[in-house]
This record gives sequence, structure tokens and C-alpha cells, in this order.
Amino acid sequence: MSSNLYTEVRNGSGPVGIREIPVLDYGRFYEEVISLLGNERYHCLTYFCYPAGPVLKFICCIADDGSGTIRILSHEKSDDGAPLRSLTESCYAMHIFEREIHENHGVKYDGHPWLKPVRYPHDRADRQNVMANYPFYEMESEELHEVGVGPIHAGVIEPGHFRFICNGEKVLHLEIQLGYQHRGIEKLFADEVDGLRRAMLAENIAGDTAVGHGLAYAQLAESLAGYMPSGSLQAERCIALELERIAVHIGDTAALCGDVAYQLGQVASEALRTVVINTTQSWCGNRFGKGLIRPGGTNFPLDEEIAGELLRNLEVVDRRFGTVTDCVYTLPSVLGRFEEIGTVTRAQAIAIGAVGMVARTCGVPRDTRATHPFQYYRQMAITPAMQENGDVLARGMLRALEVKESVKIIRRLLDEWRAGEKTSGRPRYDLSFTPDSLAISVTEGWRGEICHVAVTDGDGRPVLWRIKDPSMHNWMALALAVRNQEISDFPVCNKSFNLSYCGNDL
Amino acid sequence: MAGFILIVVAAFFFPGIILRTKSLASGRKGPGIFQPLKDIVVLFRKGSVFSNTTGIIFRIAPSVTLATVSGAMLLLPFAEQKAVISFEGDFIFFAYLLALGKFFTIIAALDTGSSFEGMGASREALFSMLVEPAFFVLLATFAMFTGYTSFSVIFNHFYVTGNDYVLIYSIIGAYLFVQIAMVENSRLPVDDPKTHLELTMIHEVMILDYSGFDKALIHIGTYLKFAIYGSLIYNLVVPAGWNIMLQIGLFVAVQGLFAVVIGFTESFRARNKMNKNPKFILTLSAIALIAFIVILILTDKLA
Repeated sequence: MSSNLYTEVRNGSGPVGIREIPVLDYGRFYEEVISLLGNERYHCLTYFCYPAGPVLKFICCIADDGSGTIRILSHEKSDDGAPLRSLTESCYAMHIFEREIHENHGVKYDGHPWLKPVRYPHDRADRQNVMANYPFYEMESEELHEVGVGPIHAGVIEPGHFRFICNGEKVLHLEIQLGYQHRGIEKLFADEVDGLRRAMLAENIAGDTAVGHGLAYAQLAESLAGYMPSGSLQAERCIALELERIAVHIGDTAALCGDVAYQLGQVASEALRTVVINTTQSWCGNRFGKGLIRPGGTNFPLDEEIAGELLRNLEVVDRRFGTVTDCVYTLPSVLGRFEEIGTVTRAQAIAIGAVGMVARTCGVPRDTRATHPFQYYRQMAITPAMQENGDVLARGMLRALEVKESVKIIRRLLDEWRAGEKTSGRPRYDLSFTPDSLAISVTEGWRGEICHVAVTDGDGRPVLWRIKDPSMHNWMALALAVRNQEISDFPVCNKSFNLSYCGNDL
Repeated sequence: MAGFILIVVAAFFFPGIILRTKSLASGRKGPGIFQPLKDIVVLFRKGSVFSNTTGIIFRIAPSVTLATVSGAMLLLPFAEQKAVISFEGDFIFFAYLLALGKFFTIIAALDTGSSFEGMGASREALFSMLVEPAFFVLLATFAMFTGYTSFSVIFNHFYVTGNDYVLIYSIIGAYLFVQIAMVENSRLPVDDPKTHLELTMIHEVMILDYSGFDKALIHIGTYLKFAIYGSLIYNLVVPAGWNIMLQIGLFVAVQGLFAVVIGFTESFRARNKMNKNPKFILTLSAIALIAFIVILILTDKLA
């Protein structure tokens, strides 16, 4: 489906010819994007640019949650150094994408409030443009003080710098500076020719979302090759994705309890997480599901024995985790630490383009399993679990609800998998991609939507592999959540989001 | 002297029992009772590393803290024996000896120039200040109750006053001492000794820069402080006139029970939100104050 403004595709459908995407002039593009994003039914999946001959080609993918389609808009710009009018002025959610474009390609923006570099890419446009040159926000006052945390932390967490401006114990402003783990993943993807190595790379974009990113990659590779995975393979992939969701949610519940020093909740949840990841291990040999998702097929087809073990373990986990969460979220001392702490309002969530769990805790029903279904979810009706309050408690409770929901989904998937034909097949690393085309793949990892986009050249080689982890949108939610909170509540706020550093840094 | 020795012995077991209780309460096997002591031996074998920004205060603070704690131990009696040092009003000396140690920990933390440690220091100073009235009002209550102002004499006369309310006072006193000990030793619900999150720490963050030998001294000081409060509780609940052998057995039992209570408290609840702490601590002072007013009425000092 197309109009003269945009090309419309569905998640995981075949590639579109890159020349078929209408190229707008920037004024038209600007108006169209702003008018779409003004409606909360739309949100931006990704916005990037790449050099296409003499010009820079900009692609913006906007998801329509109402109709389940993705609109691809495009504009081009010659390398004349003239500034573009910033979309961020009117639509705050675009800030991270414009910062990226500015950093990587030196495009200037008029009216962007905060063009701070996002990472430390080796091949950035301006070698002098580093984060150290870009000052932190400051407030002048005798009464305020700044607290800098990181990038090296006391615990086992990833590197990130947090700069607080505090009035006593109260946080007035938090600026988050990431990028320390930039590994150039997008470039590695574009340069890599081997399908197996690319699959392994995808699993290592963010170690806690191995299945989510692995699946986004596999789906994109299959989409580019016009390959349709069999029903049983699709179901197996969805089971793996839900298992990952269950494991991480339970682990996060343990960490939340640990942060408020509630030992019993922590230890009980940790024990259950082990049961889940050990189940994944007995399926594919890796506790985090690495090696399980491959394009075209699988090395570890599900069999009756594993399916039985899966059901038995899930039965135990479902029952026991229900007891644990009932206990945790009714204990007054825990509620005192979670309730009305780190609140993100619905309006804020919409403004920053929050996705996934963060959106769903603020009453914004963004779940690509329901709105842009992929794999076996296309045959299922998923109702996303929701919370309204946007505080730490809501984020904790949502995890409890989603674990319950995921267990149900896996049971249904297993029923259908048992009834259907088992034709998963072996992985295909030699899929040849359609030349001169663009494909989009969106999956709902446990954090939220993961979006991979690839563009191929005339020989079918990828010239661009674009990855977006949900954390890229959601880090801003954390910065907003801790405003006017006590600084001692920051760790529990941070843990309740559990955003990815390396997913942002790429 | 017996009191001094018994406190040292109790301190050997105390942290291990807390750890073990917490492990068992959460369904784990946990380390042996003596693991904290083994850790201290390891720390003693190591050298200390000092940051360039620190000065002499930072280096002497652990020794000063340990010295003040040991000094405070000398003021505590056991059974009918007088304490090593005993004079009128010695409980004030006791309180400020401990406060001196804390003062040095706080300025040593400020000495590092780290914003974390400054934050921890300001929290510690605030909470210590708030808990002070609870301790003094409680001790004043006992002084009023018995008519004496020295630990040794107060505890010797506690159960011979013939006052019918003695049991109530020993229970209130024991409860408050447990809570004060939790605050003073930076345990739940005010502080969390286990956390790795600098921003939520109170006491732990102040000693982040210490290593090796100095860290061992700080740990020993903490363990001794637990046993000191255990000893105060013991003196309060067990009449001084009882058989000495029975007393030693009871002393061990009370200290053990105190450690188990701490372990259980820490297993089954979450920590307070930071801004709830002042309220929590002031409640202790309020309870002590009520006890004090009641005793004023009972002794006809307040009609």
C-alpha cells in the first residue's frame, strides 16, 4: 500500500524497493511527521540517514498502532551544510534520532535543544565532537550541589554516567550520559557477510535480550530474502521470547526487592529465575537462549521431552511466583518504598515516545505483539497487561502480570505446536537478500519493541543495518521519573526500569 | 572486668549469628558462624590504601573509633561486679565517647572529598543526632527510677527498688535499646549494611575508602558496639543479684537472642524510605519520653 507521501508496510512482510519510497522535500516531510506524531496512535520506530551517492537519504519509520502498519517516509539532503529545522522542537521523542544523525553525519539542526553526542563512534562526522566538550546542565545556586555517579559503579552494572543536581536529598535534575560501550555493532552488521556470525552478533547486542534481538535479526534476514518460516518454527520462537520475558521479569523482581533490602522476596525470586533459565538451558544449552534463534530454521527443534519439562517447570514457577508477588506487593514496608516513587505520567510517556513496559505502566497500550504482530502472534490475540500509575510499584506489578500472561501464552503456543506439523528445519545462513530494498522487523522483547531495519545495495549486500533497542526511548523516562524524588530512591527507580546500556550504546 | 571480657567474647559470635539467621530465614545454608572473623583476619594481613586527597584525620579515624568503643566497654558492669571505670554520671560519658568515635568517622568521610561520602556523613550526623534524645531520656528514666546516675549502681539497684513497675520498665528499656542499637549500628530499617548502592547508603558509604587493616578496625568496632548494646539489654533484664554462673549462661543467651532478633528483623521487611527515618527515630524518643513522664509521676516529682 502506498500514497504519494509514504510507503506502507506490515511488520515482517517482504522488503520494499528503496526507490519505491517517495522522497519528499523537507518541508513536506516535516509537516507530515509532526502531524502524525501529534496523534498518540503513532510513534516513531526509527529515524536515520545514510549516504546514497551524492546525497544523504533520510528514512523515518512510523508505527501506526491503530491499523498495524508501518509508514516509511523519506527525504534527501545534499551535503551542503545547510541546517534542517529540528523535529525535536515540536516532538520531543525525536531528540535521540536527531542527535544520532548529527553525531554520525554532521547534519546541523536548527532549534534542537540538546545536540549532545550519544556515543563515541569511531567514524563520527566531527572528531572534535565528543561528550567531554558538551557540558552538563548546570544550575547556579549556593544551595544546590551536584552528585556524579559512574561510569564506574560499585556493583556489577554496566557503565553509564549519571549527573544529579540536588537540593539536599532532593533531585532537581538528572542528566544521563551513556555511550561508553559503543562497539560499532551497526557497522559490524553491515560489513559482515556470514549469516551465522551476524546471528551471533545480534544475540550479543544486549546480553539480557539475546532472544529478542536474535529474533529481530532472524526475522529481518528472512524478510529480506522473502523466506517464510514454518508455523512450528514461529511458535517455538515465540515460546523462547516469552521464556526470556519470564526469566528477566522474575530476576528484576528479585533485584527490586534487593534494592529495598527485602531479603525474602529477593531470594525467593532469584531461586525461581534459576528454574526458568535452566529450562532454557536444557532446551538449547544456553541459559540466556543464545544459539536458539537462527534465520531459516533452528538447531534446537522443540521435542515432546522438552515441551513436557517446560510445562512442568512453568507450572511450578507460575504458582510460586504468584505467591511471592502476592506477598511482596502487600507488605507495608515494601509498598512504602514502591508506591508513588519515580512516577512517569501518561503525558510524559507519550511526549518522550515511551515504548514497551514503560509505556504500559503509564496506561499507554504499546505492545507490538498486539499491534504489529509477528511470528506466531499473528495467529493469536494478545491483550497487553496494563498498569496506570507509572510508579515503581506499577512497574513491579506489571512484571508480575506479564509473567502470568506469558505462562498462559506459552501454554497456548505449546497446544498449537503439538497439534501442528513439526517442520522447523535447519538454519539457513546463505539466504540471498533482495537487492535495492529496505526491510523492517519489529519484535517485542521484554523491555519493549526492538526494531531492526536493513537497506541493501544493487547486489543484495546490506549497506546499512539499523538497530533500535527500546532503551533508546525509555532512558528519558528514568530522567523524568527521578525529578523531585529523593536521591536515595534513584537506585530503585533505575532498577524498576532496568534499561539497557549496551542496547543504547550499540 | 568480667563485663569487658564477656563483651569481647560475645562480639566474636555476634555478626556470624546475624548472618547465619538471615541465611536460614531465606532458605540458604549460609556461611559458618566465624566467617566474619575469618574475613577480619584476611583484612589484617592486607595493607591499607589511602587516597591522595585524604589527610591525617582519615588515617587516625578508625583507631580513634575503636578506642572510643573499647573505652565505652569499660563503663559497663556485669552482675554485681562494678565496671572497670565507674563514676556518677558515667552514662553521659559513655554516650559521648561513642559519639566521639562517630564524629571521627564523619569528618574522615568528609576528608575524602567524595560527594557520596559527604552525603552519607550528613545522613549519619542527622540520624545520630535524632537518636541521642532517646538514649538520654531512657537513661534519665532509669536514673529517676533508681535514684542513681552511674551504670554500675543503676543496674545493681534496678530490681531491688521494690517498685512494682520494674518489669514494664525493663521491657520498654530492652525494646528501646534494641532499636537504638539498630540505628547506631546502621542496620535495617534505617540503613542497609548489605547494599552496593552508594546513593542509598548511610554508614557503608562513609567507610568506602577504607581498606585492609583500617577496614578491619572499623568492623571490629561495629561488632563490639553490637555486644555493648547486648550487654546493656542484659543488665536491664537480668537482676544483678543472681548466681554468677547462671548469669554467664544468661548473658550468652541474651546476646544470642539479640543477634537472632536482628537477623529475623532484617529478613522479613524492607528498609525505610530515607525521609521516613527521622520519623521512625523520633518515635523512639517519644516512647522514652512517655516512660520518663510516667516515672516522674510515680516518684511524685510531677503531680
